[in-house]
Amino acid sequence: MLTRRVIPCLDVRDGRVVKGKKFKDIVDVEDPEVLGEYYSRAGADELVFYDITATNDARRISLEFIEKVAAKINIPFCVGGGVNSIEDFTDILRRGADKVSVNSAAVGNPKLITEASLKFGAQCVVLSMDVKKVDEGKWGVFINGGRIDTGLDALEWAKEGVELGAGELVINSIDADGMKEGYDLELLKTITSNVGVPIIASGGAGRMEDFSRAVLEADVDGVLAASVFHYKEIEIRDLKEYMRSKGIEVRL
Amino acid sequence: MNVIVDYGLGNLRSLQTALKGQGIETGITSDQEEIAAASAIFLPGVGAFRDASKALWESGLADLLIRKANEGTYIIGICLGMQLMYDRSFENGEYKGLGLIPGDIVKLEQMPKIPHMGWNNLTLEREDPLVKYTSTGDYVYFVHSYYAKSSGEEILAYGEYGERIPAIVRRGNTIGFQFHPEKSAEVGARLLKALGEIIL
Repeated sequence: MLTRRVIPCLDVRDGRVVKGKKFKDIVDVEDPEVLGEYYSRAGADELVFYDITATNDARRISLEFIEKVAAKINIPFCVGGGVNSIEDFTDILRRGADKVSVNSAAVGNPKLITEASLKFGAQCVVLSMDVKKVDEGKWGVFINGGRIDTGLDALEWAKEGVELGAGELVINSIDADGMKEGYDLELLKTITSNVGVPIIASGGAGRMEDFSRAVLEADVDGVLAASVFHYKEIEIRDLKEYMRSKGIEVRL
Repeated sequence: MNVIVDYGLGNLRSLQTALKGQGIETGITSDQEEIAAASAIFLPGVGAFRDASKALWESGLADLLIRKANEGTYIIGICLGMQLMYDRSFENGEYKGLGLIPGDIVKLEQMPKIPHMGWNNLTLEREDPLVKYTSTGDYVYFVHSYYAKSSGEEILAYGEYGERIPAIVRRGNTIGFQFHPEKSAEVGARLLKALGEIIL
């Protein structure tokens, strides 16, 4: 049976992981490939790296981390952050990433999704959406780190993204992000019940039950989190054992 | 020399690194002379069957691969590379494969979510040195929307996703993996170890 995936997310700036200072047992905590290998051994099913380097020129250099990660780990990984063009897709995939996630740029240029999907296959194209509740049962899509309201409805954009060729969606709740009070289950349910590609929940995980509830109540395919893993509040293996005890199929 | 065929599709670095980890040294090449002289040939690939098929047939690589297979050279197809070993594919049309294994590539249709993407477990079907370090229940990483429909004689292991999906196949010196052993953590590494013991 296909398992649900547990996915740690790492922010990278200028080739270095930004969070993760609490990994005192690792010599150089800020190398993406060292943390990547750590998570891979710890039982992560997949990794996501978001490059948050400020400028395009600096990002090109920063992306060299991808080659180092590809050489070190033997699980799939996705790279996102500042992806604007088909050249960015090519660059990231050539360096060894398995998937590329696109966010703000796809809102302005939806054809980018289609072009990338035709060229590299839908499985490489992850549409990442930053979503905020705007009304009862309604969520809007925001870009530029949640600062700009696009006016798009989250469910409509999710459906359109899949039609355009995205093979997976990451649904990041701006409301829940950082609160550690659980994923936005209502939002996730709305998306998973209407969209036919894998859905990854993002934003809000704080306790182990938050992860299992996202799967059991919102039927997501993967659960993504950052700080609870980086600060070792939750160990991946413990989490997967917990999820299995709740009847969820996981790779252990 | 062992070669990974570079026909312009996908990332070959992860595969090369994973093979090296099991003592299988490879060169990445599109040079037909090098491929003609190869002792084992890896055919990787992600993306669309149409583009891959076109690239192989138009360059003459397809004929070369078929000749090498007939001469007894190990040909190892991974993901799309495995699908290319079958007769034909119905991915957005009808396209010709290499015909090294009888069967067709058809769309997954039984499950609500396509692609079949993620970790799924294997069921061993037949004993073979290739799966000597592999057990039923081992998880491997799949990413695909089409699968091989065949008589099933070539299947060493399958996965379940609405259909019985040929996951590890072997017909003599022709070997295929529908999933990505290079992305399948320890289980993948053990498969490549066994592969090395066969081809080296």
